[in-house]
Amino acid sequence: MTGALTERQEQARKEFRAFTDRHIAPHADAWHRAQRTPPEVIRLLADEGLLGIHVPQEFGGGGCDAVTLGLLAGELGRACSSVRSLLTVHSMVAHTVARWGGRELKRSLLPRLARGERVAALAVSEPDAGSDAARVTTRVERDGDDFVVTGHKKWITYGESADVFLLLGRSAEGPTALLVDRDTPGLSTELIEDMIGIRASMTAHVRLDGCRVPGGNLLARPGLGVSHVVGAALDLGRYTVGWGCVGILDAALEASVDYAGRREQFGSLIKEHQLVRRMISDMYTHARAARLMCLEAGRLRDERDPGALAAASTAKYFAATAAGRAATDAVQLHGANGCGSGYPVQRLLGDSRVMEVIEGSTQLHQTGLAEYAFQEHTPRSER
Amino acid sequence: MSTNEKDNRARIAAYLSRFFPVQDLGDDDDIFELGFVSSMFAMQLVSFVEHEFGITVENEDLELEHFRSVGALDAFVTRKLSVPVPR
Repeated sequence: MTGALTERQEQARKEFRAFTDRHIAPHADAWHRAQRTPPEVIRLLADEGLLGIHVPQEFGGGGCDAVTLGLLAGELGRACSSVRSLLTVHSMVAHTVARWGGRELKRSLLPRLARGERVAALAVSEPDAGSDAARVTTRVERDGDDFVVTGHKKWITYGESADVFLLLGRSAEGPTALLVDRDTPGLSTELIEDMIGIRASMTAHVRLDGCRVPGGNLLARPGLGVSHVVGAALDLGRYTVGWGCVGILDAALEASVDYAGRREQFGSLIKEHQLVRRMISDMYTHARAARLMCLEAGRLRDERDPGALAAASTAKYFAATAAGRAATDAVQLHGANGCGSGYPVQRLLGDSRVMEVIEGSTQLHQTGLAEYAFQEHTPRSER
Repeated sequence: MSTNEKDNRARIAAYLSRFFPVQDLGDDDDIFELGFVSSMFAMQLVSFVEHEFGITVENEDLELEHFRSVGALDAFVTRKLSVPVPR
């Protein structure tokens, strides 16, 4: 499976595995129960250069390729989906600033995002606007050189702790994306507790009441907030979430293999039971397939191939649904033990449910991916 | 029109024809009036011109007029290829 990686990528993967095995995985269940990511963990990720690993080197980031970013997301996802989601949202914002920010904004903000001095979150969803991002009602109004923003954002991953938000609102020109500082007067957050998954992800409401935002914080142009800004962010988000699901598949498989090799019922280890073997075979197969699809998406992304968008969506769809099945089977295989909190599979099940909702729900992919098929397989007579 | 320009137009038209149910996309046909086919079309189009012609679409390039037709895209690409990348 490592044949597709360069030596450098394989070395990075080993280092990511060692880091997550030491600093993340042993604590994931405790963070899940506490519904908090300790600030020192976010600090550690920043100090290790992991939060800024994909920020271009010219802005002080690691400048790693997309495959390496995916490998990191995969290892974090295997250890803790909440922490993986921090990498996802921070990278989505940094990528979008690098892509569509003005020169001054890039110069001032990207080095701080690269160092993790500022941690970023994506503020798109609202109580009445989820998958249909163009429906957001947060108002963005021009006032001289500034914008004034009023609205309510919900389900904002790491919204309770982020320092800066990439916010989507609606201006006279249409969907409009801005960066908004947490310290902006009129901005407040409220933690959302008791979620089904990514329970340590500090997901929050973000309320904005007449927040004044400098005009230089605009991304792209007014009216292009969905097509270009959220489009670019979501593309990277789908890619890293897909990899995070590969991590969930790995974790479910490892927990199941371990348990099946120790648990004895009816006079034999359950690893000898045929239906248990079938579940493990499926997890093993799906983990390999999902990893290969994510690797292909990363390779295309690194080549700046326009097919990378379809590859990322396809990989995310496959990996998320496979992670859902694997986590369900892992709980089933653990029996009553899987229903309690003493094993990680309960956490994996909740996290996997969230993966099928975020960054394009399973149903959006099921209806939308066909469009890529039509593009790629247009009848010759119509070309 | 030079051979190179013809070639660029053909490459752009071939890519766009995947998205629109028309037999032959004219140089001046307004692709926005033909309708977007997916929410990711805009990013696909940006990604295509960057990959195909080795250019970078900057924030200040985001005028819809540059992307409205095969001819407009060709003119945009030609202009980008003729000026050094700003730092």
